[in-house]
Amino acid sequence: MLYALKIAFRYLLSSKAQSALLVLGVALGVFIFIFMSALIGGLANFILASIAGDLSHVSIVAEVEDPVLLLDQNLGHILLAQEKSALRQAFLRDAAIYVPMIAALPGVVAVSPQITGSGFITRGGQVAQVAINGVEPGKESAIVQLDSYIVAGSVRLGTGLTIIGQTLADDLDLTVGDTIRLDSAQGVNALLTVSGIYKIGQGGFDRATAYVSLDTARTLMALPQGVTRIEIKLSDLMAADATALRITAITGLKAKSWTEQGAQVMSALQAQGQTGLLLKTFAMVSIVIGIASSLLLSTYRRKAEIGIMRAMGASRRFVVFVFVSQGALVGLLGGLLGAGLGYVVLQAFPPRDAAHPSVMPIDIHEGAFGLAVLLTVTIATLAAILPARAAARVDPVTAIGQ
Amino acid sequence: MTEALLQVEGLVKTFGAGEAETRVLRGLSLRMDKGELSALLGPSGSGKSTLLTILGTLMQPTSGSHMMLGVDLTTANDRALTDFRNRHIGFVFQFHNLLPDFTALENVIFPTAVREGRETAAARARGRDLLSRMGLADRVDFPSTNLSGGQKQRVAVARALMNSPELVLADEPTGNLDRASAIQVMELIGQINRDEGTTFLISTHDEKIAATCCRQIVVGEGVVTG
Repeated sequence: MLYALKIAFRYLLSSKAQSALLVLGVALGVFIFIFMSALIGGLANFILASIAGDLSHVSIVAEVEDPVLLLDQNLGHILLAQEKSALRQAFLRDAAIYVPMIAALPGVVAVSPQITGSGFITRGGQVAQVAINGVEPGKESAIVQLDSYIVAGSVRLGTGLTIIGQTLADDLDLTVGDTIRLDSAQGVNALLTVSGIYKIGQGGFDRATAYVSLDTARTLMALPQGVTRIEIKLSDLMAADATALRITAITGLKAKSWTEQGAQVMSALQAQGQTGLLLKTFAMVSIVIGIASSLLLSTYRRKAEIGIMRAMGASRRFVVFVFVSQGALVGLLGGLLGAGLGYVVLQAFPPRDAAHPSVMPIDIHEGAFGLAVLLTVTIATLAAILPARAAARVDPVTAIGQ
Repeated sequence: MTEALLQVEGLVKTFGAGEAETRVLRGLSLRMDKGELSALLGPSGSGKSTLLTILGTLMQPTSGSHMMLGVDLTTANDRALTDFRNRHIGFVFQFHNLLPDFTALENVIFPTAVREGRETAAARARGRDLLSRMGLADRVDFPSTNLSGGQKQRVAVARALMNSPELVLADEPTGNLDRASAIQVMELIGQINRDEGTTFLISTHDEKIAATCCRQIVVGEGVVTG
């Protein structure tokens, strides 16, 4: 079929302007496909990184279990109202066993056992309520990228040290090296030195969270063993649902994926993805229509030639191959040109890591270049089938008579 | 007795249906032997072109039998007919019908290339030889559109001979040529007939052209009348 390919190429070359326009049209469609892929993918990555980047992708939170009530079954009908205890503290007793098991799971980047609770900071006559977050020294940035948000001091935690947000520091007029008193809801207090100040940019977070070491939190929360939660970071945050199920299956602990809280984000991303898919489909449909109509026109124009070929012994299959090859060649050339154009244009946008809200978060890595070319060649070939079949049905007697 | 190349018996061909039905061939029978150089004569509408089309396997008769080289062509499917046509039959049309995007040589070797799936060196060599015999050695790589009418028709004759067919069907091959070119083409046909024993059936209105052939077959009212 090398000969059919040669004829297909010759036919394309014989109408240079028409073929060039056709290839250009296909290239434009491919460019739109690639651009939309990069835009939608880049936007999704940007949104996810912004929203879920500093979240734990999977969390295991201890829950208070109310004690089983032991009642005498022979007392008849009893109306019982059990009041939930506000004082009892839930904790994960066997966290030390589970943490290495979870860390060994595929896709798990970091595991951070934490002791959390509430308290208030006192400095002189000023008091501020805070959420106390006890993390392991050395794992301060395992979940929230604290090291990238530090504006003063160090991210390193240790005994007697705390890291607080910029807003809280401003409210209490604190700087690195100042001493504060932290009282927990359990009635334990400690004198701590501010070792670092962070600024995430979320007012609530920067005002209300104080990081301490796990040991300090253990003292403050009067928790002699275990932790209150385990936070897990994954390499692929979209794998959170599956990983949460897996952790629950392995440990028996109730692991929650970030998507449970981020359902709205997920549905927004899905809607965005569907819009992108629709636009990409339109681009592909325009390619199909362009190629099919152009080749149908070519079939009509070359009717006599097809008749001559058939008279000279060319089979219907050969004729089909000539026209399908034209479609495939147009698809390949247009696909490569469109992909090249897309690559050049997307180079003008900042790389993935440097994306920020003031520019379109277009990610060249999401461009789906290979898929675009492959899909274009495939649909261009398929689009050529109808004209090719029409060409193969040409009656040589009638065609030559023309 | 000379061996029969082709034999048709009781060929009927009708076009249309009902009141619009037109019967072009009305039980035509014909035998041609190998090596014949025959002229097909008859007035317009007598069925000459339809007969050539059926003999060239481009059309099936409505009824009757069509045998060539011992093969019953009336029952063969399209694929078999296409292959048979490619191997055993050559065509020369009135309006040359060359492929316009091809050179003279590419046109000539088309029947072989389409069968083999590529343009072989052997095919190119035979194509050049044929063009040389047609007096077109210096026009081998010319685009077919740049050739004169006579040159185009000689290229068409070379193309018809490319696969060394047993039968060449020529429909008014000189009808569109000036006298000198017509004589030149007919001389070439006669020479090939003598040298290679190729059978020719040439449809013509020209008595002088017909006179150069060994046999005149006259068709009238859809049957052979002489």
